[in-house]
Amino acid sequence: MLSLILILIAAVFFTGVIIRVKSMSSGRKGPGILQPVFDVVRLFKKGVVYSETTSFIFQIAPTIYFSSVVMVMLVVPFGQSKGVLSFDGDFIFFAYILALGKFFSIISAMDTGSSFEGMGASREALYSMFAEPAFFILMGSLALLTGHTSFHEMFAALHIGSYISYALAILGTFVLMMVAMIENSRMPIDDPKTHLELTMVHEVMILDNSGFDLGLILTAGYLKFAIYGALVVNLFIGMFPYHYSIPMFFVIQFVLASGVGLIESFMARFRMSHNAQFIFVLTSVSLLIFFGALLILGKFV
Amino acid sequence: MSLINAFLAVPVLAILIIPFLKVKGKGIVLFSAIVMNALFSGYLGMQTLAGQLFEFLFPGSLITGPVNLRIDALSGWFILIINFVFITGSFYGLFYMKAYRKQTNNITLHSIAFILLHTSLISLCAIQNSLVFLITWEIMALSAFLVVIFEHEKMATLSAGINYLIQSHVSIVFLMFGFIWVALKTGSYDFSALTNYTTQHFGAAGLVLFICFFIGFAIKAGFVPFHTWLPYAHPAAPAHISGIMSGVIIKIGIFGILRMITLIKTDYYTIGLVIIAFSVVSGLYGVMLAIVQHNLKKLLAYHSVENIGIIGMGIGIGCIGLGTGNYLLASLGFAGGLLHTLNHALFKSLLFFTAGNVYQATHTLHVDHLGGLIKKMPQTALLFLVAAIAISGIPPFNGFISEFIIYSGFYYWMQGSLIGPLMTIIFSVLALVLIGGLALLCFTKAFGIVFLGNPRQKFDHEVKEVPFLQLLPLYLIAFFIVFIGVFPQFFMNALSQPVTLMSGIPAISDIPFSEKTTDLLEPVTWSVWIFILISLVLFGLRKLVMQTRKSTIETTWGCGYVAPTEKQQYTAGSFVRSYGKLFRPFFITSKTHKEVEGIFPSGGSYETHVYDRIEKYLIDNPIAAYKAFLGKFLFLQNGRLQFYILYGIIFIVAVICIPLFYEQIVLFIEFIKQI
Repeated sequence: MLSLILILIAAVFFTGVIIRVKSMSSGRKGPGILQPVFDVVRLFKKGVVYSETTSFIFQIAPTIYFSSVVMVMLVVPFGQSKGVLSFDGDFIFFAYILALGKFFSIISAMDTGSSFEGMGASREALYSMFAEPAFFILMGSLALLTGHTSFHEMFAALHIGSYISYALAILGTFVLMMVAMIENSRMPIDDPKTHLELTMVHEVMILDNSGFDLGLILTAGYLKFAIYGALVVNLFIGMFPYHYSIPMFFVIQFVLASGVGLIESFMARFRMSHNAQFIFVLTSVSLLIFFGALLILGKFV
Repeated sequence: MSLINAFLAVPVLAILIIPFLKVKGKGIVLFSAIVMNALFSGYLGMQTLAGQLFEFLFPGSLITGPVNLRIDALSGWFILIINFVFITGSFYGLFYMKAYRKQTNNITLHSIAFILLHTSLISLCAIQNSLVFLITWEIMALSAFLVVIFEHEKMATLSAGINYLIQSHVSIVFLMFGFIWVALKTGSYDFSALTNYTTQHFGAAGLVLFICFFIGFAIKAGFVPFHTWLPYAHPAAPAHISGIMSGVIIKIGIFGILRMITLIKTDYYTIGLVIIAFSVVSGLYGVMLAIVQHNLKKLLAYHSVENIGIIGMGIGIGCIGLGTGNYLLASLGFAGGLLHTLNHALFKSLLFFTAGNVYQATHTLHVDHLGGLIKKMPQTALLFLVAAIAISGIPPFNGFISEFIIYSGFYYWMQGSLIGPLMTIIFSVLALVLIGGLALLCFTKAFGIVFLGNPRQKFDHEVKEVPFLQLLPLYLIAFFIVFIGVFPQFFMNALSQPVTLMSGIPAISDIPFSEKTTDLLEPVTWSVWIFILISLVLFGLRKLVMQTRKSTIETTWGCGYVAPTEKQQYTAGSFVRSYGKLFRPFFITSKTHKEVEGIFPSGGSYETHVYDRIEKYLIDNPIAAYKAFLGKFLFLQNGRLQFYILYGIIFIVAVICIPLFYEQIVLFIEFIKQI
């Protein structure tokens, strides 16, 4: 329950911090931290425009996408306290319920019959496919290391002791953050602020969404960032008491958000054709984590 | 016993009656025969799931020896799956075949073969005598061939059918080899001889015997590299047959493998590794080729290969559990594999039936000619969507449940394993995840291109939804897909007997199967329910909010361009283009294109075709070499009758003379040996 509240609070600020960091590093004052929230509230009040090509799929997809994100929020734990739902293999559920949301957002893009949106859908499907193995191998390594198969038990049993496990935690952070970037379609995979439809991935899929539906999609994006941030936090706070871990949660989330902002300010997006290879590299990194876990357990004989 | 006699009498009667009826009557008799036989066998099947065991002994003949029929929980599970798919399939077929009702004789043959197919499939699950098993297997293969080539006036259909016929006979060769080997060593055709023989000769003999049976059954099941008949036979058959083929005929291969695991006592650990290796390759290769297909049914056929891979992973884990004496691991693996067998039978038959609806309405299965069907055929579209989500293994439908159990199996196996198994596990998990991701790519493509957007081609005829009665069996299947997704416990309980049988859990054991896996699935069920609840609440909220909001209809955003045509839409080829570029080494792509040129261009074209690399190297090239070799003897077949008579005389003389010279030949060999 605690994790749910913390994630909700973090989600309110996360995207705002990214935007603020970006504007500051380009020498502008930038909007307030809460601007993304105001944007969504404004969208919720607006009417909607539907394309004449679309069917009911287009209307139900944003809601299912949003509820899939809400659902995964419930399984994320916080250190010693469980998530709302916690069971053996919940990380499998985590990945697959997100896939349901993705399935619907892809077919809703196809529903508009637009070539732009089909393009975005195709890219999103391909990238998310490549990102999933990294996540599963990372979780598999943690399961191997701790002997448990649920988020809460794995993170609770994760003690950072030796140098190797520090290295593993850092690699794990890298993988999780990169998966978060892919899931949220941010730099270096996708540039949310690009002006040309041809170079977009996620933005182009939601070109025809408006009003309430668009608000749901944006909110889901904010939540997703905070969820992956919370997973990263969990890698580090295993055994700390709450009066340390809760401030740590916000510090780490803030650092991550600023990191994303800085990356977006000083880096260009990768070439589209290189993206898939890059994402597959993540799988190799997670395999490295797996070998590290083997090393710690002394399985190499 | 009387049930068995009734079971045998029904098809005989039906086959005798069918030729003398009108087309409508044929359909009714066919359907009622299937239902009656399904009731007879399903009754026994149901009871086996409750823990009963049926054994019948027929005196048999001089050649076969006594014929033993035995219906245990494993047979029961498969009998029930076969019956379900056959009942829905034949009901659907009644309507699907309406377009062909003029071809009276053809339909007679089709109906007879259909009934034979059903009877032989059910019998295969019960027969315990290898000779009778082989004969029934042959009846099954031949009747399947007959139902596939219903449209035999089409060249492609006929060649697909013959391709299937030849490959299923290669499968019979392997099975025959295995059975005859055991019969030679033990002198008995009974299945129990297999167990006796392998317990006495523990080691290499059992392993080779199992591999032999595995290849035989794998050809039927469609494991890579034995899958090449599948992508031809499925699209060639009428829709209800494709559904049945993919749903149950290839599953009889899985049944065979499972049956052999229970019969042959050997090193299960090695077997498990072999099966997992085959399955990982099948799963990945199947879905990789599925994505680039343009024919909807061919796409689905390659997905069968993929799903057989997933089932195989479950069976492999089960064997590992047997080999290491870990009952829980064994039951997780077999439960996943058996449940996925049912799940695949459900969603794949639903997909083929909906593809049949599409074909009926549009007369094409080429995905790039379709589009926007959701507006013309909303019910078919919805059913296809349910099955597509289920086959991608996404909650809240049934595909997720079985994949979840298989994942749990892998992660459970991880605990306390050494480095070798760990590498197997991590690469299998990697494969399973990739299969899921690729299936998502494939089915967003299939659904998106066929049902969404604008129609890509104008049809001369009206495209309309099929009648409700035809959709009825489809709704029934969809109901079960959802039901297993949200109440998996019910089916896990039904599975407890088959899994107990497979994993060899001793009767008095402290870990009864059903409790552990139901424990595992209970929170998943809760989560699925919570997810459904959240979605419903959000839908309600959205509806409430939208009442007060203005909603307008406009054209799709096209950078300000307001007259988009259907040609500007993304096509199936373009949707998977970046995927195709990445995975190019795995298949052979051929392109034909005509450039647009001249002052008055007459139109260009662009076509790509993807060919299976394994098929080229494993089937086409050997056949070409074989043909080239046999071509050297073509001079013998010169068309002159005199020569043919001469060959006959030479043969007869040789047959008569060889025994006469036998002594001399032996002497000659002895002479050579002395040198």
